[in-house]
Amino acid sequence: MSPVLAGVLQLTALIAALALVYRPLGDHMAAVYSSPKHLRVEKVIYRCIGADPNAGMRWPAYLRSVLAFSAAGMLFLYLLQRLQGSLPLSLGFTSISPDQAFNTAASFVANTNWQSYSGEQAMGHVVQTAGLAVQNFVSAATGMAVAVALIRGFAGVRARARGGAADADGRTGDLGNFWTDLVRGVTRVLVPIAVIGAIVLVACGAIQNFSGIHGLGQFMGGTQQTNGGAVASQEVIKELGTNGGGYFNANSAHPFENPNGFTNLFEIFLILVIPFSLTRTFGRLIGNLRQGYAILAAMGIIWLGFTALMMWTEFAHGGPALQAAGAAMEGKENRFGIGGSAIFSVATTLTSTGAVDSFHSSFTAFGGGIQLLGMMLGEIAPGGVGSGLYGMLIMAIIAVFIAGLMVGRTPEYLGKKIGTREIKLAACYLLVTPTLVLGFTAASMVLPDALGSILNTKALGAGPHGFSEVLYAFTSGANNNGSAFGGLNANTPWYNTTIGLAMLLGRFLPMVFVLALAGSLAGQQPVPETAGTLRTEKPLFAGLLVGTILIISGLTYFPALALGPLAEGLS
Amino acid sequence: MTAPVKPEEPGSMSTATPTRAPHEDVSGGNRPGGGPVGGGLFDPRQLIASLPDALRKLDPRVMISSPVMFVVEVGALLTTIFACLAPTDGFGWAIAAWLWLTVIFANLAEAVAEGRGKAQADTLRKAKTDTVARRLNGTAEESVPGTDLGIGDLVVCEAGDIIPGDGDVVEGVASVDESAITGESAPVIRESGGDRSAVTGGTKVLSDRVVIKITTKPGETFIDRMINLVEGAARQKTPNEIALNILLASLTIIFLLAVVTLQPFAVYAGARQSMTVLLALLVCLIPTTIGALLSAIGIAGMDRLVQRNVLAMSGRAVEAAGDISTLLLDKTGTITLGNRQAAEFVPVRGATAAEVADAAQLSSLADETPEGRSVVVLAKEAYGLRERHQGELVDAEWVPFTAQTRMSGVDVDGRKVRKGATGSVIAWVQERGGTVADDAAQLTDTISQAGGTPLLVAVEDENGARVLGVIHLKDVVKEGMRERFGALRSMGIKTVMITGDNPLTAKAIADEAGVDDFLAEATPEDKMALIKREQAGGKLVAMTGDGTNDAPALAQADVGVAMNTGTSAAKEAGNMVDLDSNPTKLIEIVEIGKQLLITRGALTTFSIANDVAKYFAIIPAMFAAAYPGLDTLNIMRLSGPHSAILSAIIFNALIIIALVPLALKGVRYRPVSADRMLRRNLAVYGIGGLIAPFIGIKAIDLLLSLIPGIG
Repeated sequence: MSPVLAGVLQLTALIAALALVYRPLGDHMAAVYSSPKHLRVEKVIYRCIGADPNAGMRWPAYLRSVLAFSAAGMLFLYLLQRLQGSLPLSLGFTSISPDQAFNTAASFVANTNWQSYSGEQAMGHVVQTAGLAVQNFVSAATGMAVAVALIRGFAGVRARARGGAADADGRTGDLGNFWTDLVRGVTRVLVPIAVIGAIVLVACGAIQNFSGIHGLGQFMGGTQQTNGGAVASQEVIKELGTNGGGYFNANSAHPFENPNGFTNLFEIFLILVIPFSLTRTFGRLIGNLRQGYAILAAMGIIWLGFTALMMWTEFAHGGPALQAAGAAMEGKENRFGIGGSAIFSVATTLTSTGAVDSFHSSFTAFGGGIQLLGMMLGEIAPGGVGSGLYGMLIMAIIAVFIAGLMVGRTPEYLGKKIGTREIKLAACYLLVTPTLVLGFTAASMVLPDALGSILNTKALGAGPHGFSEVLYAFTSGANNNGSAFGGLNANTPWYNTTIGLAMLLGRFLPMVFVLALAGSLAGQQPVPETAGTLRTEKPLFAGLLVGTILIISGLTYFPALALGPLAEGLS
Repeated sequence: MTAPVKPEEPGSMSTATPTRAPHEDVSGGNRPGGGPVGGGLFDPRQLIASLPDALRKLDPRVMISSPVMFVVEVGALLTTIFACLAPTDGFGWAIAAWLWLTVIFANLAEAVAEGRGKAQADTLRKAKTDTVARRLNGTAEESVPGTDLGIGDLVVCEAGDIIPGDGDVVEGVASVDESAITGESAPVIRESGGDRSAVTGGTKVLSDRVVIKITTKPGETFIDRMINLVEGAARQKTPNEIALNILLASLTIIFLLAVVTLQPFAVYAGARQSMTVLLALLVCLIPTTIGALLSAIGIAGMDRLVQRNVLAMSGRAVEAAGDISTLLLDKTGTITLGNRQAAEFVPVRGATAAEVADAAQLSSLADETPEGRSVVVLAKEAYGLRERHQGELVDAEWVPFTAQTRMSGVDVDGRKVRKGATGSVIAWVQERGGTVADDAAQLTDTISQAGGTPLLVAVEDENGARVLGVIHLKDVVKEGMRERFGALRSMGIKTVMITGDNPLTAKAIADEAGVDDFLAEATPEDKMALIKREQAGGKLVAMTGDGTNDAPALAQADVGVAMNTGTSAAKEAGNMVDLDSNPTKLIEIVEIGKQLLITRGALTTFSIANDVAKYFAIIPAMFAAAYPGLDTLNIMRLSGPHSAILSAIIFNALIIIALVPLALKGVRYRPVSADRMLRRNLAVYGIGGLIAPFIGIKAIDLLLSLIPGIG
């Protein structure tokens, strides 16, 4: 079987699997976020944290809870790393330096999972499981909670996760309860899938133990060090929660994390399953499934388009060295091949996951450009769990605003008018990541210290590639992706601090605007749909949405892309 | 006769053509399907005339209100400074010059739009000459300047006087020349009490004497507000315009960021760029096209209303008009012609239709009401009966129609012919011992049930008195209304007919006209309740009204259009005034509101889509020297880096001027569904916006390459 056919078949199998679970999982999540009942274990948790699960929250209260919870999580994670030297089960690793501990704490709380450390050489069992793995769950659940809050802003009273009788008036500005949404996301969505997923991974060869470090003799002499650990359980939530922080430095390229071609495909499935299915949840909760399908279509078109482009550029293997090798196999695992690696890398860059099963820096120049652009779109196709949906809805608001005017009405989306306040918040959301990405990249290009971290320098005749390394780092951080291009020594105070800030601001500033927007929408009386209303559930709108996303992101980043991957690829 | 008979009132100008609205077919309903909203004509000479205004607007304090163009102005200033520092750099000077032109073109667009209002304001100002008022102090009169009048003052106006301020007639009746504000030369009647008591300052009393109670402070009168409106002095940004401005400002910030951060990237790449080139790139990227035309679009939208003799008290109301989903339309004058007309002659058993027609015509010759005249017209058209004149019939004794007898007729050659209200005619026949045919009652009932009004025709001759037949009087729905309502429906607008008729009649007319719903036997309270009900469902409602009892509903409606013939209370309550007092215009107001929004959206889309081509022109020009591979992106094959950048800048400036007519006229608008409208506008302005600059920039580059020293 030719490698191209293998890649296409893998893609087909992936799409079939995603389609199979789309309805049940989407409907399940809709039920989770609107059910009035609490599980016993949830009641215990609410009692422990002292939260009233039935209290409605307006947007400022919801936002305060999100920020307070995340701040507490970050502080805990920071301290855990700083005190690692004194903790048991640390495998003899010392405490992490302040700037790296800040960077890592920010990274995991912000669902980015950028790693400026090597897991097997820095983090012991306690930090890995009690710190990093826990954040893998809760940061994902936080993203989903914020997305659900925005949906409630559109849908009003129907989608509230409140026990007891709902108020007759839907316009209270009530967005539901953050603690309920957070806990349910973990107990009813992430944990059950993670348990099944971990078992599948273990069955296929991923490891799961608390063993220490082993030295193994090599054929050529010398020894190789391998760690044991609770890898499978962390691997599954790493993909499912679009986190991406690997147990090992090699991430999903490591055979203990991702043993074979099947697990590779299974991990891609885990990455995409919640973000895609959330569009069904969205359709359910707003009471119009077709609106969800339109969003799904926009996400799907971009994802498929990027995957096709990536396969094309990697299989085309331009250049004599690549021709000789038969394909652009540098930096890719033989057990995944070009197809599996291309699908994985597009899925991971379009979802804010950042797990890698191949070395992104080694992709062709255009391949690297596709990965970069994928993140630059704002991680919305299908995006991170929750964050992908709310990012896409913000883009839908922008698209509706421009297109809505063209049908001769004040723009409205899902029955809510897009007025001054809404567009102001959407515009603020839009400004955050470009500011962080371009601002920090520009600063890094003038600071000698920062330039010193670049491996592929101009002196080596690889100027554009070196630029891509830095651009990639900040694009990955600010968009909460977390994958690294490679080639950049990011464990310096400058990069640890700035990428840490980019991750935090890139995660939480948009959340502020999204929740404020949700509050503003929730307070609005819905406008009834007429023949004069822009039909946002039609293919035309899905196409328009894709066009808006590509044009706005493309225009923002075109000069930077021209000087990086384009300059490299066209030379 | 059962139909209410109104005296012919000169004030109802619904069928007159105002002198100032050449593009407007005021009778409205004659436009089947509602044709496209026409725009004003655009004369290139206006550009030159507006140039001084455009230059005055270069003041940064004025420019800051448009953030996009402010950035361009700063860019123009900076490039000029850099050009001064390197005076031999022809490219630098060329960029600076074209950046200034870009700003001036934007200001021109606004100045031209404003200039059209100014001419109108001047006409209005002439009407606002200082008047001397004759104020009543008790019973004594005193002469005071019009500007000293306060609310509640009573003033006297006689033939030849200019009315000193807005008010209501409290005593007397007069004919008033309101041409100063309406452009309509026929005088109107203003009388105390009722719905025609309002007078406007600056208009002239032509006959009789009235006492007027002043209701507005000097300086805030209708004419003052009109002047402010048409001049744009009172122009405030509307909600949607503000929202669009925010989006444009944020795009400007994004592009500013992209350009500012580009220099460090370029330095790293070993291709440091001059400030002039970076500023040129910035101006090309920020949405200058829509930024330049945004305020002109708004002013032109208001202007299109003014051209149709509608004054909107705020731009907000014009925008709201585009969002209307329920339209309340008065039956009379909007859906039907003002009066009922004879539609059919129905004979009773034993008589013929021709007999009825003959008798009906004879008896109606003395009936000067519109209904009476329509009988004569029908007899002529349907039965070929030549219209006889009263003088032709010697010895005829005419019985004119009166409200008491409710009959008209003639006694001639020993024949007595009568036609009139059912009860009156039956009584007349029975008085003369005649017979009323058995089927007469059945015929009149049938007509009533069909929503018509029956008139009986009777004759007394040698065979005695008897009923000959029935005239079917019918409300005549204006031509093309059904298509028009259909078009509104496809735009998602529901039409509700408001009428004082009984539900049966109302339903018949509603069915014939094709409205979606009707409100019969409507009282002002019913109207109010209907509006509130619609609004509770999130719908925006528009209505017209003229009476004082309409005022609460006008105020409650999202778009309330008061008739100029109406009371000042109604005018105060509504947010628009129709100077022609033509209720059909509501439909056009909605169309203008939509057109305004569409124009904004279309030009925004066009502006953003343009950027793609500009990148393909400028990025290779900037970096092909450092990375030769990037010349592949020069898909237009522009002749050289300087020429490429200059071409993009020139295109960017010229497209503004090229689109001024579109901004002023508005995008072509047809009432179709949102889907079709979006598809069309996306194709024209989205796809067109992607392609046009590739062609334009290439063409400019070809021209520039002919000039030595560039490229």
